[in-house]
Amino acid sequence: MKRFLYFLILLVIWLLLTWSLHWQDLVVGVVIALIAQLLLGDIFPVGVVRVFNPVRFFWLFTYTWVFFFYVIKANFDVAYRVLNLYMPIKPGIVKVRTKLQTDMARTFLANSITLTPGTLSVDMVGDHLYIHWINIVSEDPEKETEIIVRRFEKLLERIFE
Amino acid sequence: MTVILVLLLLCIFCCLYRVGKGPTAPDRTVAIDILGTLVVGFCAVYSIITKKDLYMNIAISWALVSFIGTLALAKYLEGRSFDE
Amino acid sequence: MSEAAGWVFIIIGITFDLVGCIGLVRLPDIYNRLQAATKCVTLGTCMILLSVFFFVGLNSVGVKALLCIWFVLITSPTSAHAIARAAHRSGIRLWVGSVMDKYADDKEGTEDTA
Repeated sequence: MKRFLYFLILLVIWLLLTWSLHWQDLVVGVVIALIAQLLLGDIFPVGVVRVFNPVRFFWLFTYTWVFFFYVIKANFDVAYRVLNLYMPIKPGIVKVRTKLQTDMARTFLANSITLTPGTLSVDMVGDHLYIHWINIVSEDPEKETEIIVRRFEKLLERIFE
Repeated sequence: MTVILVLLLLCIFCCLYRVGKGPTAPDRTVAIDILGTLVVGFCAVYSIITKKDLYMNIAISWALVSFIGTLALAKYLEGRSFDE
Repeated sequence: MSEAAGWVFIIIGITFDLVGCIGLVRLPDIYNRLQAATKCVTLGTCMILLSVFFFVGLNSVGVKALLCIWFVLITSPTSAHAIARAAHRSGIRLWVGSVMDKYADDKEGTEDTA
């Protein structure tokens, strides 16, 4: 089941890349997807299978829009800091805690944190994330967790956990 | 379109300045990574001008290959072996 | 209509690219540069690729541009994270104006086991 899904995803990506339904392209795509999934099927993340479910798809859709809103906000934030003559930055590395357990959810969380306002994930040790923050507003770990992690954690919990 | 290409070249010169000046090795790595992303944008603008998918193929392969190159450089800086 | 949208997106994209590269030159240390450069250049390039889709419409070029957006969005934060960790582990300190560094504090105790 898992390997078949992997095969289908690879085939769809191949068809989108070639953008033709000629039978020769189809045959080449099937052969290549088969070889790729035989060689690399072991490292396919398990969490993806669980996402194929209407409720989770709805939350994934919501998450996409929330994510793009924060990305655009982040860019205006960076533009303000870079173009300002005095560069109002106050950087530092803080430590926050996450409740997410699966690898997939954690990967998405770390990547989302990197693309959102003023934060960059540096490392993950156990349940703790180390975040480089360009403008530290508080030195209390609880409040930092509240600001950085919570805005994605609720949605990602509904998608992947 | 020429204006867009000139502005992208300006961005690339900023990156090259950082590659040349950067006090430490990770600074240069960052600049090379950003340079890769900017080249993807360059290929995209060319594919608008020519309306051919040749340049998009280059852009996709460039994005993936520069990602692997950056990961290799980062691992090298960290001083670890590649199978970890 | 769709060409106008393409022009709007390409101008927004090139503006963010420029801001990111100015940040790369101006900001004081590697972590801040990484922040500015990764965020702005990722969104800027994605906007340029989206404008390709609006200029050429739904054909092989447009679909490849959309796939390329997906690849850039996934790979760019990952490589930023790898460089940040590598820089910190290879011993590069934060900028002198930084407020705190919990990571270095935590690492002091476990230096021998690493």
